[in-house]
Amino acid sequence: MTEQERIQKQRTERAREASTDVSVDATKGDQLKAELDDLLDEIDEVLEENAEEFVRNYVQKGGE
Amino acid sequence: MAIAKVLGIETEYGISGGPDLEPIASSSIIVNAYAHHGRTRINWDFQGETPDLDARGLPGLTSFAPIIETHLANTVLTNGARLYVDHAHPEYSSPECRTPWEATLYDLAGEEVMRRALVIANESLALEDAISLYKNNSDGKGNSYGTHENFLVGREVDFSDIIRAMVPHFVSRQIIVGAGKVGAETDHGLHSDPFFQLSQRAEFFEEVVGLETTLKRPIINTRDEPHSDAERFRRLHVIIGDANLSPYATFVKLGSTALLLAMLEDEGTENFPSPPRHPVHAVRAFSLDPSLRAVEICEDNKWRSAWDIQDQLWTAASEYVRRRGGEAVAPDAEVALILEQWREMLDGVRDDIRTVADRVDWVAKFRVVSGMQERHDLSPHDAKLRAIDLQYHDLSPQRSLARRVGLRTLQSDEEVREALHNPPTSTRAYFRGQCVARYPEQIVAANWDSVVFDLGEGPLQRVPMMDPLRGTAALTEDLLKVCPTADDLLEALDR
Repeated sequence: MTEQERIQKQRTERAREASTDVSVDATKGDQLKAELDDLLDEIDEVLEENAEEFVRNYVQKGGE
Repeated sequence: MAIAKVLGIETEYGISGGPDLEPIASSSIIVNAYAHHGRTRINWDFQGETPDLDARGLPGLTSFAPIIETHLANTVLTNGARLYVDHAHPEYSSPECRTPWEATLYDLAGEEVMRRALVIANESLALEDAISLYKNNSDGKGNSYGTHENFLVGREVDFSDIIRAMVPHFVSRQIIVGAGKVGAETDHGLHSDPFFQLSQRAEFFEEVVGLETTLKRPIINTRDEPHSDAERFRRLHVIIGDANLSPYATFVKLGSTALLLAMLEDEGTENFPSPPRHPVHAVRAFSLDPSLRAVEICEDNKWRSAWDIQDQLWTAASEYVRRRGGEAVAPDAEVALILEQWREMLDGVRDDIRTVADRVDWVAKFRVVSGMQERHDLSPHDAKLRAIDLQYHDLSPQRSLARRVGLRTLQSDEEVREALHNPPTSTRAYFRGQCVARYPEQIVAANWDSVVFDLGEGPLQRVPMMDPLRGTAALTEDLLKVCPTADDLLEALDR
């Protein structure tokens, strides 16, 4: 497991704990935060690695 | 009495990759991949396409008329849709649908057509030449391409009333149906240097009313090309929408617009809110302000935010439905769902945007973009944030971010698969789609208002469909069933 994967895993686990371990309404905000953390983990995994090049190369002709 | 709001969406998809990195060639690969693989490969017939006619009755002397390209890949699907290369994009034009729910379903079917085309095309391409498709409206560098809605409107409605009634909606609905954008890309947009905008398209609009779609884009497009009996019908061609990935956003975008058009037909402009005095300024300023606090001076000298305008429109539409019902738009339960969701989205973007992150595209995107900025402590101009914006719209299930943000579904996968192959039953798209499915060898061409047969002997025979509400399953299903060949069908139609 690389350093990055390990951090990722910790983060995911932290987020899971946060999302299961809440009392109902007081921590709704925390729950949303934990869900967002999970989502951002997933997006970090699938996002184009070379964002700069990806964005630069996306050039379209106008349409309609 | 308002006429049935037959409607549909045309979407030009963003495209990258391909063997020559040439968008027209890559778009043709996509369209041909689906056409060859699908059950048909029927040419689109251009007779009756007159995009240069102006609904105001004026010759378009000061504007350039759009050009129709006839030499590019072009096909009609068994679900009644058109799939073709438009300019440098693959485009799916949905079949004519009877309700916003149905039109949303056929828009999703269009995404699925493109996803399947992508898989077929990429199987035959080298890995480094693989094509990607994006359901978005701009490249972030000042180039925009369209997602156009179409609504059937009675010819007797005065075009100036359409302008008066619909401008308030078209400048303000982006607060709930905008697809969101990181940064800006036009001179005036860059001048404001926004971190995030509500709409992909808003900054590209330069006129209030006009005929063009590619230059000096107007909030109200006057293209008068009814694709039906011009004595009775108009087709309102709405070019100011964003491509939505959230089905609820598509549904509310279509539903709210259709209800307001029905209200206009039934009761005139009286109950519509006063439009902003400077609509182009308003549409841009509203887009630049995710806080929704920006206000614009309106014709009645009152200042309104986009939210205020939407709130008034919602109230007017729901009172109209209470008075008259919404049957021109959809059955009662569907109209109730349109009003309910429109309201929830409005209240959500005002009170707590997190509550509508599962339905409003810009909110879903904003949540991820701002979350990522915070997590990695990124500059607002970091390419990573723009990459998120772009990849939100990627159609590939492996890369799509829209698929991961928890958008609520409106229809099941099974319903979408069904719509991929079969036409809607309550419009003429039924007859078109069924003919394509049943008599592919005898059809030489088809377009929105006719199907042309070649029976091998004698001249080509055109079957006109000038009324979008005829050619339905109720009217033609029995006939089609007893006509195993196109000869039988034409003979029966002759009688």
